[in-house]
Amino acid sequence: MISIKGLRKVFTSENKELTAVDDLTLDIKEGEIFGVIGYSGAGKSTFIRLLNRLEEPSSGNVVIDKQEITALKANELRTARQDIGMIFQHFNLLWSRTVEDNIAFPLEIAGVPKAERVNRVQELIRLVGLSGREKAYPSQLSGGQKQRVGIARALANNPKVLLCDEATSALDPETTNAILDLLVDINQNLGLTIILITHEMHVIRKICHRVAVMEQGKIVEQGDVLEVFTHPKEKVTKKFVAQVMGSDEHDQSEELYYLIENFKKGKLIRLHFLGETTNQTLISQLAKNFPVDINILQGKITQTQAGGYGTLVIQFSGDSSEIEKAIQFIQKETSVEVEVIKDAK
Amino acid sequence: MLSNIKFDDIWTATYETLYMTIIALIGTAILGVLLGLLLYLTSKDGIWESKTANAVVASIVNVFRAIPFIILILLLFPFTDFIIGTVRGPTAALPALIIGSAPFYGRLAEIAFREVDKGVVEAAHSMGAKTRTIIFKVLLPESMPALISGLTVTAIALIGFTAMAGVIGAGGLGDFAYFYGFQRRQFDVVLLCTILILVIVFIIQFIGDLTSNKIDKR
Ligand SMILES: Nc1ncnc2c1ncn2[C@@H]1O[C@H](COP(=O)(O)OP(=O)(O)OP(=O)(O)O)[C@@H](O)[C@H]1O
Ligand SMILES: [Mg+2]
Repeated sequence: MISIKGLRKVFTSENKELTAVDDLTLDIKEGEIFGVIGYSGAGKSTFIRLLNRLEEPSSGNVVIDKQEITALKANELRTARQDIGMIFQHFNLLWSRTVEDNIAFPLEIAGVPKAERVNRVQELIRLVGLSGREKAYPSQLSGGQKQRVGIARALANNPKVLLCDEATSALDPETTNAILDLLVDINQNLGLTIILITHEMHVIRKICHRVAVMEQGKIVEQGDVLEVFTHPKEKVTKKFVAQVMGSDEHDQSEELYYLIENFKKGKLIRLHFLGETTNQTLISQLAKNFPVDINILQGKITQTQAGGYGTLVIQFSGDSSEIEKAIQFIQKETSVEVEVIKDAK
Repeated sequence: MLSNIKFDDIWTATYETLYMTIIALIGTAILGVLLGLLLYLTSKDGIWESKTANAVVASIVNVFRAIPFIILILLLFPFTDFIIGTVRGPTAALPALIIGSAPFYGRLAEIAFREVDKGVVEAAHSMGAKTRTIIFKVLLPESMPALISGLTVTAIALIGFTAMAGVIGAGGLGDFAYFYGFQRRQFDVVLLCTILILVIVFIIQFIGDLTSNKIDKR
C-alpha cells in the first residue's frame, strides 16, 4: 500500500547539515495501523510530513497506492493529497469556522457541490460522535472534541490513508483512549490504512498492528507489535517496552524472591501470555475443571491488537496430580507459556 | 459663541471629510491587504518565497511610509492632475491619501497574516488547497479581527491626513478650520471643527472595536 525507499531529508541551516530522516526504507500494508515510535528529535514528524510532501524529500521515493508521490507535479500532488488525510497534535482547526464548516473545508477544496457537502458533513459528524455540536466554534470545544473534528475533516474526502502526528499527545489519558478507540473503529469499518506517530508506547500497544522504532532518523527495529513487545532487541525499544510493562529484570527477581519466601505451599507458576486470543477465560476454566485452589499473586497483563500480553504469577495448591493435569491443560489448549518458579515438596 | 458659524458650510465640510475618509479607507484596505499579502507570501518559508521580491516590496513600503504626508501630496501633484484632472477638492486628495496610508496598513496586514497559526495553513496544504484557497479561505478569515482593528487605527490616521490635505485645498473640516476659523480669527469655528472630527474618530473607533470583537471567535 505504502512503499518508502531510501527516503532522506537533510536540513541545512547556517552551514550546518542535519539529517533528520536518514535512508529510510519501509513497507506498510493495506488496512494496517502502523506505528512509528521514537524520542523527541528522532525525526518522526519530518518522516510523516515527507509522505505527503509537506516537507520535500532530499532523496528517495514514496509510493502510496501505486502512485509515486515523489514524482508528482505541484497540481497532481494537490489532487493526490485529497486521498491522504492528516491529523495533528494541535488539531489545526480554523477558529473562524464552526465545527461543520471546518469539516466542510476539505470538501470545498475538492469541489464537492453544496448539497452533497451538507450530507457528507452530517454523516461525518455522526461518525465521530459530535452530533449536536455542529454550530459550535473550536474555542467552545474540549481537546478531545477538537481532535474529533480533526478526524472528521481528515476523513471527509474518503482518503485511503490517514497520517497521524502525535494525535493524542495533547490529550489526557481518558480522552486519549476514546480517540484511539475511534481510530480503531475507523480502521476496521472503513478499511483505512493508518500511520501513527507517537512517543508513547501505550498508544502503540493499544492500537497498532506493526511498529517501527526510530532513532536519529533511522528505523532501528520493526515488526509485529507483539513480537517487538516480547523480544525487544535494541536498547531504545526495551526502554519503550518498559514504559508500558514497568518491568525491569532486577525488580522482578527481587519480587520473585519475596513470593518464594512467603508462599510456601503448593506450586508457584508464572504464566506468560503472548497474545492469547482464543482462550480468554483461562483462570475460570482452570477453577471449574480441576479441583485445585488458585491464588493470584502478581501480574501485569496488557491488551494489544493481537490479544493479551504479559505475565501472571499464580499459586496452585491441592492434589499434586490434579495440579499436573491443570498445567498440561494450559500447555495443550492455549498458547500461554508455563514456567514453574517453585515446587513445594 | 457660535455666532460666526454658517451651519450649511459646516455640514458640507463634514460631508467632505467623511467622503475622503471612507473612499480613501476602502482604497487603503484593498491596496494595503495586497501589500501585506505580498510581504507575507514572499517572506522566508512563504508560499512565494523570494528574497528579491520581498526586498522590492519592503523598500517601496518603507520609502512611502518615510515621506511626510504633506510632502507626499505635493510630490503627487502631477500624478493627481493626470488621473483626476484637477488638484483641488476632496476627490483630488484621494490618490495621496491612499498612497500615504496603504503602506502603513500593509505592514499591519502583514503582521496580522503572520499571526495566523502556521499549523492551520499547513493543514490546508495537507488537504490539497491551492494558494488562492489558502488566501481567501484561511489567511483572510483567520486574520480578520486583526485586519479590522488595523483598519480602525489606519482610519483614524487617515482623518488626520484629510485635515492636512484640507490646508492645501482639499476641502473638509481641516480646510474649514484653517480658512474660516484660523485665518479669520473665528476661534469658535476651529473649536467646532475639532469637536466634529473627534466625534467622527470616536464613532470609527467604536464601530471598529465592535466589529473586531464580534467576529473574533477565538
Ligand atoms: N525545518 C527544519 N529546519 C531545520 N531542522 C529541522 C526542521 N524541522 C526539523 N528539524 C530537525 O530535525 C530533527 C527531527 O525533528 P522532528 O520534528 O522530525 O522530530 P520528532 O521526532 O518529531 O520530535 P518530537 O517528538 O519532539 O516531535 C530535529 O533535530 C529538528 O531540530
Ligand atoms: Mg514531532
